[in-house]
Amino acid sequence: MNFEELKNQADEKWNQLNDSPTPVIRVGTAMCGHASGAFRVIQALKTLLAEKKIDAIIEEVGCIGLCYAEPLIDIKKQGKSRLFFNNVSVNNIEEIVEEYLVNNKIKNASTLGYLGKEGSVFNEPDLNTLPGIALQERIALRNAGHTAPGDIFQYIANGGYSGLNKALSTMEPSDVIEEVKNSGLRGRGGAAFPTGIKWSFLVGSPGPTKYILCNCEEGDPGAFNDKGILESDPHTLLEGLLIAGYATGASNGIVFIRHGHDGPINRTEEAIKQAKELGILGKDIFGSGFDFDIEVSLTGESYVAGEETALMEAVEGKRSMPRYRPPFPAAFGVWGKPSNINNVKSLSYAPEIISKGADWFSSIGVNKSTGTAIVCLSGDVNQPGLYEVPMGLTLQQVINDLGGGMKKDQTLKLLQTGGPLGGVLGPDSTDIHIDFDEMRAAGAIFGSGGIIVGSNKVCAVDLTRILVAFCQFESCGKCFPCRLGMEHLLEIVERISNFESQPGDMDLMKSVGGTMESGSLCGHGQLGFGPIRSAITHFEEDFRLHIEERICPTGSCNNPKIVPKNTRPYAQDFVAGVKND
Amino acid sequence: MPADNDTLRKQIIEAIASQHRPTVTVLSSLLAIQDSIGYIPDEAIEEVAVQQNTTVNAVFGVASFYPNFRFSPPNKHSIEVCWGPTCHLQGSSNILQAVLNYLELKEEGDTEDGEFSFRFNTCLGACSQAPVISVNHELFGKISPDESINIINKIKSSDPHHK
Ligand SMILES: Cc1cc2nc3c(=O)[nH]c(=O)nc-3n(C[C@H](O)[C@H](O)[C@H](O)COP(=O)(O)O)c2cc1C
Ligand code: FES
Repeated sequence: MNFEELKNQADEKWNQLNDSPTPVIRVGTAMCGHASGAFRVIQALKTLLAEKKIDAIIEEVGCIGLCYAEPLIDIKKQGKSRLFFNNVSVNNIEEIVEEYLVNNKIKNASTLGYLGKEGSVFNEPDLNTLPGIALQERIALRNAGHTAPGDIFQYIANGGYSGLNKALSTMEPSDVIEEVKNSGLRGRGGAAFPTGIKWSFLVGSPGPTKYILCNCEEGDPGAFNDKGILESDPHTLLEGLLIAGYATGASNGIVFIRHGHDGPINRTEEAIKQAKELGILGKDIFGSGFDFDIEVSLTGESYVAGEETALMEAVEGKRSMPRYRPPFPAAFGVWGKPSNINNVKSLSYAPEIISKGADWFSSIGVNKSTGTAIVCLSGDVNQPGLYEVPMGLTLQQVINDLGGGMKKDQTLKLLQTGGPLGGVLGPDSTDIHIDFDEMRAAGAIFGSGGIIVGSNKVCAVDLTRILVAFCQFESCGKCFPCRLGMEHLLEIVERISNFESQPGDMDLMKSVGGTMESGSLCGHGQLGFGPIRSAITHFEEDFRLHIEERICPTGSCNNPKIVPKNTRPYAQDFVAGVKND
Repeated sequence: MPADNDTLRKQIIEAIASQHRPTVTVLSSLLAIQDSIGYIPDEAIEEVAVQQNTTVNAVFGVASFYPNFRFSPPNKHSIEVCWGPTCHLQGSSNILQAVLNYLELKEEGDTEDGEFSFRFNTCLGACSQAPVISVNHELFGKISPDESINIINKIKSSDPHHK
């Protein structure tokens, strides 16, 4: 089938769904929905509808961004806009069904607003006017919460695969690379390296087998946007991978996901299957002569597996320990073949960049940070969520406008950004803009987009201890500055937090940190001192109190400290019959 | 379930052979075995080494590296509590304490009665709902220590609905 035929078919199905005489009930079932009980709600809903003999189409969709309102469901009746019900539970789902589905009114059910050109339902506000939505500019997440991730036709009807079709039918591979370069897109996996330039490294490498690897390890605690994209709209990633493959002359794509994250894994594999069935993956895509395949590869639990050379080791089925560089992946990658590693978000922008053009993308954002920031907001704010906003918002706007401000009776004390290897910022940092370079200059990074907000109830030493414990736990052990350094740093931070610090501890940490920075093999060790450095810069007083006065200002450090035992045996022979747990 | 040696080997070989993803490696085979029988018995290390044409030490090196692998059969129900920074700030250490007390455990491990296997999780990916726990792979967010115990208590002695 050529693309036009597919598109027509998809449009027809989409129009039918939107004009369906049976109501359409969409339920957010990304991880945020899952954790707040969306699947239990769906089960209760199905039972109810069967009992009451009500006909309805239930669609599992992704995350619309308002995680605080999950489980969030919306009901679309024929000829009416979608009406959104927030914080639905197994206890109030019957009320919603009775009131709205059966009696066509709302009394007690809690609603957020409406969406749709049919206009307001019961004078509800337009959902687009909520600050958490109004400030958003959704590109990678444009379909999230609106289309069913399990239905490729819904993706196509909403403009999906038209970027790929445009690239294949009207552009040379080099034009695609130019377009991505001109868009100013920078990698969203942490280092913010320009994506177009990275792609160009692969162009000259010899084929025929070349890989584009998509990194969805997403080990950063506090980050959930990569998994969010895969759960909400996996086809946008597949289309991005295909475009990258065409641009670079690659033959295969691999999506690398951590074992156990079943939502993202299953939805990605289902999407691959559907794309294959329609000929969007495989040989001679849209009759262009371009061949491309995509498969999913799973890793075990390892943070360092997200580092690009360790990732390739894991794809090959080994311990995820980084390789020495050079050779670089574009010359010698997975199985020795030329490879390119890109983050999920970076690739997911590509379809819209090709469809709408580099100028459109680069007009969004600020300075050298073009496009959007996909913020995973969590912690002590009223409205944690997954917000895609133009680059350049201030942290103040993030906390107040997106986050709905601090929780009751709490004031801002710290922001932890960019994952455990990022940094912490103080309350005086709220004028800083989300801009890769500005945040780096402030001693934090934007990284993959996690922003954890801490209130005055948070002790900086206690949080630092958790971050360092994480980095120590995750050190892969290959190079000794990181392996021993992280252990040493943890020992000292634990000492401080137990009010047992020794004279010279602060200097000792700096000295160990310096060695790690200059001597470690990969970013894990090189950046591993970051959380401590930024914490002692911005929260010197917290450290002083623990060290000199032996007290914790918030009392957090008096609580029992429960963290996993440091693990990862570095070398151990296999002896059958000996239990190794 | 400890099975006799022949059955176990059969299950292992079957798990290795029935992987649906095209690329089969040491790691993918180990994951498939753990998904199928719940742990990595010694026989699995040996079989994977044979199938992948490598040494038992190379296979064991991979298995021992990733903390999600276990080397003895798990208990009936799996409990994971997130200790990631967001969950920590939202009180996960109280949950950890309550759960460990309830399970009479001091650290990661299995309860004596054969009911629960407990693990830490570095981030369950639902930070916007912190604190989060996972019980038989179902996530529960914005949860208190008492609610956690209730959920765990409720499933005690019931059949696991997940493997
Ligand atoms: C310890 C460590 C962990 C990393 N984890 C991830 C990750 O989970 N996801 C990711 O996209 N990049 C991660 N990175 C960055 C990758 O090495 C790589 O830069 C990135 O995937 C490139 O994609 P991008 O250019 O699209 O940003 C990690 C780096 C280090 C040093
Ligand atoms: S930090 Fe607990 S779910 Fe992410």
